[in-house]
Amino acid sequence: MGAAFDTIAFKGSLCDGCGDCMTACSSAKKGASRLSIVPGASEKVFELAICRQCGDPKCAMVCPSGALAKDGGSGVIGWDADKCIDCLLCTAGCAYGGIAVDPGISRVAKCDMCDGDPACVKSCPTGALEYRKAGSIYNEYGGKEDLFVPGLSGCLGCNSELIMRHTMRKIGRNSVLATPPGCIPGMGSVGYNGKTGTKVPVFHPLLTNTASMLAGIRRHYDRIGRKDIVVMALAGDGGTADCGFHAVSGAAERGDKILYICVDNEGYMNTGMQRSGTTPYGSWTSTTPVGEHMKGKTQDAKNLPMIMAAHKCRYVATASTGYMEDLYEKLDRAVEASFEGFAYLHIYSPCPTGWRVPSSKVIEACRMSVESNFVTLWEYTPKTGIRFTRSPDNALPVSAYVKMIGKYRHLSQDQLDHIQAKVDEQVALLKVMAADSPPPPAAHRPPAGSSTPAGGETSQTSLRREISRN
Amino acid sequence: MPEAKYLLVGSSHAALEALRSIRHFDPDGSMAMLTRDVYRPYSPTILPYVVSGRSKPAAVMLRDEAFFEANNCAFVPEAVAQSLDAKARTVRLENGESWRYERLLIATGAAPAIPPVKGIDDVRFHVLRSLEDATGLRSAMGSSRHAVVLGAGLVGLHAAENMAEAGLKVSVVEMQGHVLPGYFDAKASERIEAAFTGHGVKLYLNHKVVAVEPRDGGHSCAVHLEDGKVLQADLLLVATGVRPVTDWLNGSGIAVDKGVLVDEAMRTNVEGVWAAGDVAQAVDFHTGQPALIGIIPTAVEQGRIAGQGMADDPYVKAYPGGIPVNTYRFFGRVALSIGQAAASGDVEVSEHDDGGYRRVVLSDNRLVGYASVDEPFDVGIMGELIRRKVDLTAVKDAFIARPVETGRRLMSEQWR
Repeated sequence: MGAAFDTIAFKGSLCDGCGDCMTACSSAKKGASRLSIVPGASEKVFELAICRQCGDPKCAMVCPSGALAKDGGSGVIGWDADKCIDCLLCTAGCAYGGIAVDPGISRVAKCDMCDGDPACVKSCPTGALEYRKAGSIYNEYGGKEDLFVPGLSGCLGCNSELIMRHTMRKIGRNSVLATPPGCIPGMGSVGYNGKTGTKVPVFHPLLTNTASMLAGIRRHYDRIGRKDIVVMALAGDGGTADCGFHAVSGAAERGDKILYICVDNEGYMNTGMQRSGTTPYGSWTSTTPVGEHMKGKTQDAKNLPMIMAAHKCRYVATASTGYMEDLYEKLDRAVEASFEGFAYLHIYSPCPTGWRVPSSKVIEACRMSVESNFVTLWEYTPKTGIRFTRSPDNALPVSAYVKMIGKYRHLSQDQLDHIQAKVDEQVALLKVMAADSPPPPAAHRPPAGSSTPAGGETSQTSLRREISRN
Repeated sequence: MPEAKYLLVGSSHAALEALRSIRHFDPDGSMAMLTRDVYRPYSPTILPYVVSGRSKPAAVMLRDEAFFEANNCAFVPEAVAQSLDAKARTVRLENGESWRYERLLIATGAAPAIPPVKGIDDVRFHVLRSLEDATGLRSAMGSSRHAVVLGAGLVGLHAAENMAEAGLKVSVVEMQGHVLPGYFDAKASERIEAAFTGHGVKLYLNHKVVAVEPRDGGHSCAVHLEDGKVLQADLLLVATGVRPVTDWLNGSGIAVDKGVLVDEAMRTNVEGVWAAGDVAQAVDFHTGQPALIGIIPTAVEQGRIAGQGMADDPYVKAYPGGIPVNTYRFFGRVALSIGQAAASGDVEVSEHDDGGYRRVVLSDNRLVGYASVDEPFDVGIMGELIRRKVDLTAVKDAFIARPVETGRRLMSEQWR
């Protein structure tokens, strides 16, 4: 596998021009700032000049002294102060303003990404600057075994397939996987003709009993002393929020030690795009058609991850493939939590076929859904309460998101206003729940013999004892 | 007979970039790089810094042996090309060896142009184009007191500065009325000239050398100027420009004007032969006519295009034309220019002379040139605005008032 690199990303729409990044850079580097925010075409629009750490760096190509070179490990274009003769030709090579004269020392200065911990990003109060670590993820996991066979029959651009392959690549072979009816088994992961499409033990429960079956499997492994198996589901939103909900809720309430991943494509896409409990208001589906009288779904979606947080699961989080580093971190925490209690990961997954999104725009849809607060990225543990992993402040209007999704094409202004109001309400509620006030006190350890969700425990050691007792 | 699918004659920026772009597309095709030099590749631009002592001769090499091994390219030093047989596809070297090629890159660069001054063959003089020249000049500096530099171009001025800083009495003779002609307008040049004068360098602008003659049994010489002045020199540096190294192409059928004529894909008129860098005469962005623009950025761009063409890379793009660029340091100060920075007449010029000096040249509300002294700017961004002919009508006031900030903004928008 070739190397990929982490990058500093800039979202101009979030930048308010405060200049904190430049101050932070300047003080970290004890000189002129190596990035510059400049006023844009209109008021409140800002632009950025920064080194892009190019793959074919022209600054290095025109350097007569060999002072500039791309580091094969980090991807950073490094500057060798001893070799540099201060001829400034590099500034003629760069079309980004990424390497410029620091007037204080009369030498060039350029971004070195602060050894992977950029000061500018840390200082950015709006999230306009982000340090994107997808490169590290690729380097770490790109060479690992893909635990699904090639040739699964997902639709072109299927985001759920992306989620499956990333998830299992990360979790590895020590796992037992349930894939209840939906796109995930539908595209062939449970196999055909006696052959499986998955390289770990996989089974196909009913829509209604996924979590119950996993609970039993976990008990079995506990009994035979295998504490290292990840017992998990890759389920759709229908099998989780609707007909499978009682089993999910029950397993969460019992604190069964399983990892339940809900791949939420907002409907029963595998069977022809019927509406589900997580289908958002206004969506076109085959059962909420758009015509003279009906204009898509008339009810709001239920917020399943919030419902699961109310179960006081050991871990609850939402994630999106538009934010891979966030997804990978949450997978780590969810897997760990699944050995101690119920771990629930809700991954939003735009469906190119069912949502009428061009397959090339799926990841963009992921990002826009988050940037507009249509979905929010957060995590919950009983100890910390709800915590946003991406700030919901400075969001784009939800119209920016829905306009790229075909299933909302018919929306009237009233409907759009309703969606915006629901989004605002949801975020406001989450903000209250995530406020700086201390998390609600965890339940005291109950008297011996009584039962409480494992997530309510305060002491991990006592919990481990409980696990071993099982 | 040794042979290579890709034969690169020359080892500086153009050839190195061609190597890179060939390997980008064809990792396996056999390749060899021939150079007249004894050393691994280095840049002529580094030489003034070797003269000053800032760069150690051993530390100026742009590539190490491992690079050539990793890129599966035979590096052949001390290989002076003598002739080209384009029919037989062979390059004959001075040592009698011949190399057969499938595709050839002519990247032999340029050599100092020695003016036809009376007596020049009878005196000892220095030039500055190779590492030997640089180390030779450096050691001569140590035992000299009076230096005369012919030519106030980049090489001449760099060397004059080095020698003045080393304590020599330095005179520079230039036929034109200003230093760095072409790159800078009179006002910018005057700032540079004042710095040299202030550091004790005597500038003889608008002066022509008519003869030189040896003195002291050849240890020094007298430089006679047209107006009768005579300058004494125990160190004479000839820096009156360079000319492409094309003599080895005589009789090969390769079309040569001032340099090797190439099309927009850096192809010569002969099948299987490309040329790039200082040796090539490619189209000039401004005039659309073939011209010599011997600078690193054009060498790199031409080398890349040639390499892509040699490797049949379908993503090769036509050469947009060379734009002159000059980033010049003198006595710790900065002078920069790009494009038609000294143009006057049918263009709109905005000058700003307050602490720093800058000169912005617009034509039809598009940037065509930019020069500054003591006021650095993003040369690459301005070059891109020139190359893309970005319409500045809507931002003209801001651009003239705050060109760096506005340039950064415009390019940030362009890259979105």
